[in-house]
Amino acid sequence: MDSVNAKGKCGAQAAAKPETARIDLDAVRERLRTKKGPEFWRSLDELAGTPEFEDLLHREFPRFASEWPDGVSRRGFLQLASASLALAGLTGCTQQPLEKIIPYVRQPEQLIPGKPLFFATATTHAGYATGVLAESHQGRPTKIEGNPDHPASLGAADSFAQAAVLTLYDPDRSQAILHNGRVDTWSTFLSGMGETLRSLAGGQGLRILTGTVTSPTLAAQVADILRAHPQARWHRWEPAGPHQTRAAAMRAFGRPVDTRYDFTQAKVVLSLGADVLCEGPAGVRYAHDFAEGRRVRAHHDTMTRVYTVESSPVGLSALADHRLQLPPAQVEGFVLALAQKLNLATGGGAPLANPRAQKWVEEVYNDLNANRGASLVVGDEYLSPAAQVLIHGINQALGNVGSTVFYQEPVEADPVDHVQSIAELVRDMNAGQVSALLILDGVNPVYTAPADLPFRAAFEKVQLRVHHGLFHDETSQLCQWHIPAAHELESWGDARAFDGTVSIIQPLIEPLYGGKTAGELLAATLGNQADATSYDLVRQYWTSRLPGLTAGLAAAAQDTAGGGSNTTLLGFGGAFPGAPGIGGKAAPGAPPMATGAPVDSTVPNSAVATGMAPAAAGTAAPATAASNPAFEKAWREALHAGLIPATAAPRATAAFNGGAAQQAAGEIQAALGRVQPGEITLQLRPDPTIWDGRYAANVWLQELPKPVSKLVWDNALVIGPKTAERLKLTWHDTVEVAVGGRKLAKAAIWVLPGVAEDTALLTLGYGRELAGKASGLGFDAYPLRTTAALWGAPGVTLRALGGQYIVACTQNHHAMRGTIEHEDDVATEQAKARHVIRGGTLAEFQQNPSFIKEEREAPAADETLYPPHRYDGHAWGMSIDLNVCTGCSACIVACQAENNIPSVGKDQVLARREMHWLRVDRYFSGDLDEPTFSFQPLPCMHCENAPCEVVCPVAATVHSDEGLNDMVYNRCVGTRYCSNNCPYKVRRFNFLRYSDKDTPVLELLNNPDVTVRMRGVMEKCTYCVQRIQAARIDAKMAERPFADGDVRTACQQTCPTQAITFGDIRDPKAEVNERKANSRNYVLLAELGNKPRTSYLARIRNPHPDLLDKPGEE
Amino acid sequence: MQIFHRSSNSIARVSIVGGIVLLGALGWVLYTLMGTSGYVTGQYVVKHQPVPFSHEHHTRGLGIDCRYCHTSVERSAVAGLPPTETCMNCHRQIWTNAELLEPIRSSYRDNVPVQWTRVHDLPDYVYFNHSVHVAKGIGCESCHGKVNRMPLMFQNASLLMQWCLDCHRNPTRNVRPREEVFNIDWNPGDPKTYASLAANAKAMGVPVEVASKPGWTPSSAELARLRPNLAKDYDLHSLTSCSTCHR
Repeated sequence: MDSVNAKGKCGAQAAAKPETARIDLDAVRERLRTKKGPEFWRSLDELAGTPEFEDLLHREFPRFASEWPDGVSRRGFLQLASASLALAGLTGCTQQPLEKIIPYVRQPEQLIPGKPLFFATATTHAGYATGVLAESHQGRPTKIEGNPDHPASLGAADSFAQAAVLTLYDPDRSQAILHNGRVDTWSTFLSGMGETLRSLAGGQGLRILTGTVTSPTLAAQVADILRAHPQARWHRWEPAGPHQTRAAAMRAFGRPVDTRYDFTQAKVVLSLGADVLCEGPAGVRYAHDFAEGRRVRAHHDTMTRVYTVESSPVGLSALADHRLQLPPAQVEGFVLALAQKLNLATGGGAPLANPRAQKWVEEVYNDLNANRGASLVVGDEYLSPAAQVLIHGINQALGNVGSTVFYQEPVEADPVDHVQSIAELVRDMNAGQVSALLILDGVNPVYTAPADLPFRAAFEKVQLRVHHGLFHDETSQLCQWHIPAAHELESWGDARAFDGTVSIIQPLIEPLYGGKTAGELLAATLGNQADATSYDLVRQYWTSRLPGLTAGLAAAAQDTAGGGSNTTLLGFGGAFPGAPGIGGKAAPGAPPMATGAPVDSTVPNSAVATGMAPAAAGTAAPATAASNPAFEKAWREALHAGLIPATAAPRATAAFNGGAAQQAAGEIQAALGRVQPGEITLQLRPDPTIWDGRYAANVWLQELPKPVSKLVWDNALVIGPKTAERLKLTWHDTVEVAVGGRKLAKAAIWVLPGVAEDTALLTLGYGRELAGKASGLGFDAYPLRTTAALWGAPGVTLRALGGQYIVACTQNHHAMRGTIEHEDDVATEQAKARHVIRGGTLAEFQQNPSFIKEEREAPAADETLYPPHRYDGHAWGMSIDLNVCTGCSACIVACQAENNIPSVGKDQVLARREMHWLRVDRYFSGDLDEPTFSFQPLPCMHCENAPCEVVCPVAATVHSDEGLNDMVYNRCVGTRYCSNNCPYKVRRFNFLRYSDKDTPVLELLNNPDVTVRMRGVMEKCTYCVQRIQAARIDAKMAERPFADGDVRTACQQTCPTQAITFGDIRDPKAEVNERKANSRNYVLLAELGNKPRTSYLARIRNPHPDLLDKPGEE
Repeated sequence: MQIFHRSSNSIARVSIVGGIVLLGALGWVLYTLMGTSGYVTGQYVVKHQPVPFSHEHHTRGLGIDCRYCHTSVERSAVAGLPPTETCMNCHRQIWTNAELLEPIRSSYRDNVPVQWTRVHDLPDYVYFNHSVHVAKGIGCESCHGKVNRMPLMFQNASLLMQWCLDCHRNPTRNVRPREEVFNIDWNPGDPKTYASLAANAKAMGVPVEVASKPGWTPSSAELARLRPNLAKDYDLHSLTSCSTCHR
């Protein structure tokens, strides 16, 4: 799949002509004054009505989209092609090449060739676990699903978990132990290390650096090592960890308790810029809980009301009923004003000068106060510790603690202040006190350390530098030793979720490149256990602890079996540890990819065998615990369930320190006083798709449009339209960014409505020097990040460089017109029924539940020239609830993994050739400077009267007898008529051979139940037809009728908020029918009479009546 | 002056007609050769295998059931090829020194899989599922032919899409009692080939008490009723949507 050359010699010169035309914002404003603009718009291009946008709107592909990428013109290509045409005809005479079938020598227990197995395990993100079920096709992990029993997942998974399989197979992974850049062996490493470590008396000068560690086993190992080497130190650095949150907890409660929210109990939520639904260890769970309060099934339902006060938009902004946009300092001022209303802080003037913000404080306070105990104020990491202290106080004063907010003992092992920890490390390295530094689990401090710590210079003073990680990076380059890490899907381990619940991580495959886990490395070098495998280590730790914990799990474990998608087989005990016959030795060809064993027969559909032993990482284990049946039973139960019950962190009683609030108020007052008018504040954030840079090599995540900005493959300095106008900057302009004496030489500008005035947003993780295919993409924000200003600083100067850097953004791709405009108001009002995004307020809905239906402008059901389709069996349909979509885009990655969708690279995205079958459109509405947001996931509509079907000259897209709009790849000749005729623009064309068939390791990633498409073929969403067929066959074999929920599409299964429902619309009891019967139901472009099978539930907002003062707020 | 002789007219006419015929014939030959011949489809072609395994000997000769080796045929899309261990179940006892079996023994000894040549090779965009066909009463023989008469395995059907559709349009033609699915020699018109005659009497429209009498033999009319009734019992449908097989 993904051998994209992101940096490529920008072929597609003509094709890659993005929207570089300068949009005259003054003209847009003028136009908006004289004429009411469209109600929903995808971009400022659409709002401005630029000719370029109009052109795109009317085309499926932009002009020149068919152009040859390397500069050869289409005509030139045809001339060349015709010369070889005669010869090409002869290829029809060839026979199919002979294929091999390679059965096992000894077939593992429980494995049925052709049927996937699911293993309950966990993936971690920034140290915290999400319980997942990993799908394995004869030893190849191909897909991640959520574990329904796991508290952080509840069956869903976020985009990071979904993308974990690609990281596993990433050909950029480091594949050998390196010593000073040369390949070396594990035993040389151990003997060398042993020598050095023996010379360090009591561990003097020995340092270990990790990220956030929640693994009980690893934490215990480190603790043992520190006991044995009392002079050694353990440092932590998690670049995007909860630094300020922890500092705030220390100040408010005197100890580092974790804060947790219960959204199910909240009636009114005030979010202060937090993206709690899309990021963070609890994001999936919070999104799920939050959605429960936002589902409007009937007109008498109530809804959680959400206020957001923020400087830049996040996923939650789109669900907000009221959104107030303030510069960062004033957001904190808002917190202070609210605290003052609650008498948490006295004295000082009014923090907010803005009358609208003052009114907001008043109204929000009243609403929160009226819902004491059922309200919730959510701050987050990016607010200053002072503001977070006040938020703790506010929640306390509102009586929310214990109902919507509670505190728990920290989940992280030994929760220290990471900033202080790395600062101490740098200080000691500089002082020459560090003689050996072990950097574990891919921490990359050379790239991520705060800029005011001279990490790089200090690092070179350390005599022995060892780096352990999945990739070669900026840090490993400066280390004498680099040890490849084993991925979570190929090693044993454990980790805790946001609530403390422990999951055992079990491997599905042998380490592809002989990687080691951090635990193995520590055990071998410092723990006197040279041969201990990760399996031994985890079992050793749990031997005495596990029995007793799993009591009562057996019952829960049985439910887990329902979690799989196609097959509900849950393997017992990981990599068949007890399988007779596998024995202690893996087959000689066992790490098949490493030795280049043939994989040709593992290409989809030749499912007989792979010649590959399943992961046997643990099978070589000594039979230590075999004599302990209680442990053995508990161990298997914990593995089967994917979690160890009763390991959740206990709730903490935390006494709020009132004095801290007063002090915090003073700090905020002082900070507000320092703000210069017109000064720009920089906001630094982890990137929504590649986080702190650790996922930079993952092309699925690189090509996943960032939920709000829709940028791909790059970051950019994001500013609002007003700031852009003032600074005379526009899209793609390059600037030099300077703040606090530090400089970023170059960054591209991106103008995004919804970013507060005088605010500039830059995400971390880009501008990497050594990140494989992601090297050199985007701009490195770390040089602007200091220990004192982790998440941004005021006083930024931007100096235009006069150049351009083309940033890829998908906001205008596959554009549909969100709004129909007419010259006169009456016609415009009537055309409202054709809007792509529909909705209203809860009050409107309660008054007239069918107002959406009444607005509809659909032709009569029989108004078609084609004969109607008749359905005797099933008829598949989908319903998407716009009221709960957070735009998190996990569905896109899930779809990509399930359906073998290739990534295409930045150049191809610029040519609008991205292949995602499912896109999430983002619309703005209302005011240009302070818009509201809406997200709309858009898969194939599977129209009843599909316009694509009638134009295909070769019948490659046809209607199935269950109403699916089938795409037959082997018939397709690539005329692209179908996509030209699709009003929803959901069809994707393989302009080039995007599927990587040359990198053997990537073939392992493919879902064998879905064809890997070739060049010249059209493709699109199939409603996961392979899952429908698998479920149908299962039902037939069991001689039972299809039950609702037997088929879940990949996007539906991973959606944290269950915004997507799929099922048989002829089954009256199906949930999808219940949703389609909801009066909020509508279809896109109903006036065309296509009768789409995918329908939407209209957005309902729940605004506060007293805040409805402003145009732009719905 | 006439350059051409009068006969030229006839020659011209004949050559026009003859040319068309010749082109047509050539087209037909190419179509047969390139489109549907065994050369292209692999039908009736014996492919080289590391061990010349005889299905005839093992099934008809020794009476081993298909499922002893093809274990997943009732549960999975693929019938499954036996692991080396299955061969060794017997061959560690018998023919332990046979030269022909050396690849099997070395595979077992060295833990290296035997690489068999695929005989029935569907294109990668076709998703065939064994288990559902078996469950719906389609016998092995319907597609694989008389495997128990094949000393060396070959592909018995063309495996062209047309051949699949012939049955998918009218599956009744090939349905058989589930008990007879693995009975390669089953012949619907010959009661002697039935292992499950009485069990299927109902589908032939014969009351069970009649059928359970010793010596009962169904008439040809009763035998003819079997397939339509089984199709109803097994809930067979004509499935011809593209996505049934292509995804």
